[in-house]
Amino acid sequence: MSLTQQEKAEELIEAFSFFEEWEDRYGYLIDLGKELPAMPEVLKTEESQVQGCQSKVWVVAKTSQGDGQSHIDLLVDSDSAIVKGLIAILWQVSSGYAPQEILAFDIEGLLKRLDLEEHLSMNRRNGLYSMIQRIRSLAVQGA
Amino acid sequence: MSTNTLTQPKKKTFDVEKVRKDFPILSQLVRGKKPLVYLDNANTTQKPKCVINTLVRYYREYNSNVHRASHYLGSKADHAYEKGRHKVQNFLKARHFEEIIFVRNATEGINLVAQTWGRRNVDKGDEILVSAMEHHANIVPWQMLCEERGATLKVIPMSDSGELDLEAYEKLLTPQTRLVGLVHMSNALGTVNPIKEMIATAHKQGIPVLIDGAQSAYHMSIDVQELDCDFFVFSGHKLYGPTGIGILYGKRELLEVMPPWMGGGDMILTVSFDKTTYNDLPFKFEAGTPHIEGVIGLGAAIDYLNGLGMENIAKHEAELMAYGTEALAQVPDLKMIGTAKHKASVFSFMLGEIHPQDVGTILDMEGIAVRTGQHCAHPVMQHFGISATVRASLACYNTRAEIDALVQGLHKAHRFMG
Ligand SMILES: Cc1ncc(COP(=O)(O)O)c(C=O)c1O
Repeated sequence: MSLTQQEKAEELIEAFSFFEEWEDRYGYLIDLGKELPAMPEVLKTEESQVQGCQSKVWVVAKTSQGDGQSHIDLLVDSDSAIVKGLIAILWQVSSGYAPQEILAFDIEGLLKRLDLEEHLSMNRRNGLYSMIQRIRSLAVQGA
Repeated sequence: MSTNTLTQPKKKTFDVEKVRKDFPILSQLVRGKKPLVYLDNANTTQKPKCVINTLVRYYREYNSNVHRASHYLGSKADHAYEKGRHKVQNFLKARHFEEIIFVRNATEGINLVAQTWGRRNVDKGDEILVSAMEHHANIVPWQMLCEERGATLKVIPMSDSGELDLEAYEKLLTPQTRLVGLVHMSNALGTVNPIKEMIATAHKQGIPVLIDGAQSAYHMSIDVQELDCDFFVFSGHKLYGPTGIGILYGKRELLEVMPPWMGGGDMILTVSFDKTTYNDLPFKFEAGTPHIEGVIGLGAAIDYLNGLGMENIAKHEAELMAYGTEALAQVPDLKMIGTAKHKASVFSFMLGEIHPQDVGTILDMEGIAVRTGQHCAHPVMQHFGISATVRASLACYNTRAEIDALVQGLHKAHRFMG
């Protein structure tokens, strides 16, 4: 693995800082979602679905060993393009990292710096907040 | 007190720009950038200055408990509070002031009827009939009652345009039917149901009808005597008034024989540990300190609406509705959900394959407030085989320019995500 979570976060912050208009920011966000590795339909089960009121959100985790420590690989998806972009950001700074690293990372802080934290308070609507909780509990199980 | 006299529609012209000036919240910029376009009125409406000022004045000048305080402030509060009841009575054109019961919202009004009238009149094998387009507020209380009493909830089907099947309705009225619960105007589809005829049909068999007027009360003038409904509920917060105050209207002869629901202060005449006697209507159903400023504020909202004239509001909104229906038809891939012939102030739709929530997010970035989701009407969504819609809903202060902004926002969403 090449970049640390912090380096990835800085990359995202820099990329988002180029955009002045919300259209560009959200366009980029949606593109991030499109670049996610595809989640096979069979994995979209009741178990992998995270509680969100309107949009559907799924996550599955696989723990593997490498470099002498365990890390967690995630697959995530949503039926909403914007929520998919938001969870792509979570994915970028979570998937492939050690459980302790995932737990230690300040994801709310990152969303705030990306000016996307409004979406966190809309958790009932978009499931983003529940997604963060789910990834953390998956990390606890994998630790 | 009889208020049978029909107030003639005022021949005033309706100036929407002037109306907008009465609503301080409307002049703001969303996120400091885009002018607010508020089209989530079916959810709750904004409040005119006169309502806000009335609430402030109450707390600054005569805050006091009602029905209990024997002093200057108390009598002022009492007076304003009971005047609120008369304003609601006149607004609904109810025959008697004691037919107006203060509750928290439309939902509580329905629950009160289910828990008191329902428990007394519904038994094993009986049926309650509701329509396929009810809000959860007019489904769940009846389901709870049916479960408790061993009764059955029956449903009047609707067509794909969102209109009730009146033939099926007649057949569904049986000797077992104890009550019909009907939404006057659907929050999810905008359909205005022919409730007057439907009430008459039920009455032919002696079946009482409860009307959920949460959506209709602020769009059209209501006359409960002319409708001859047995119960009518609405919420103050949708009628440009405060939250936390709602109205249950019931015919006096029905309310009189209904047992009280909640016990406590105000609803009693005498209390001893052996026996308690209950107060008269309407107080029998109003236990505890009520939402005093809510009642007074609702009265101010009603004064405001009377000033504008409900007929004028209905006409203004109907014009906007026609304009919007045409304008939205030009948006590519827009599919309107609910195309009833008689429909008011609600546009519920899908935009191609785009998730309604994403449409809502993009409109929000443009300063346009709509609601997305299932609108507390899961069965309606199930009927149309969809998981959610985008809903834009109108109020008296909306303009053609705002419809234009919505249309532009939708074009943008379509380009952006389509
Ligand atoms: C048709 C209808 N009935 C009932 C309700 C419930 O209103 P409240 O939540 O104020 O009780 C609503 C509110 O959206 C509604 O639209």
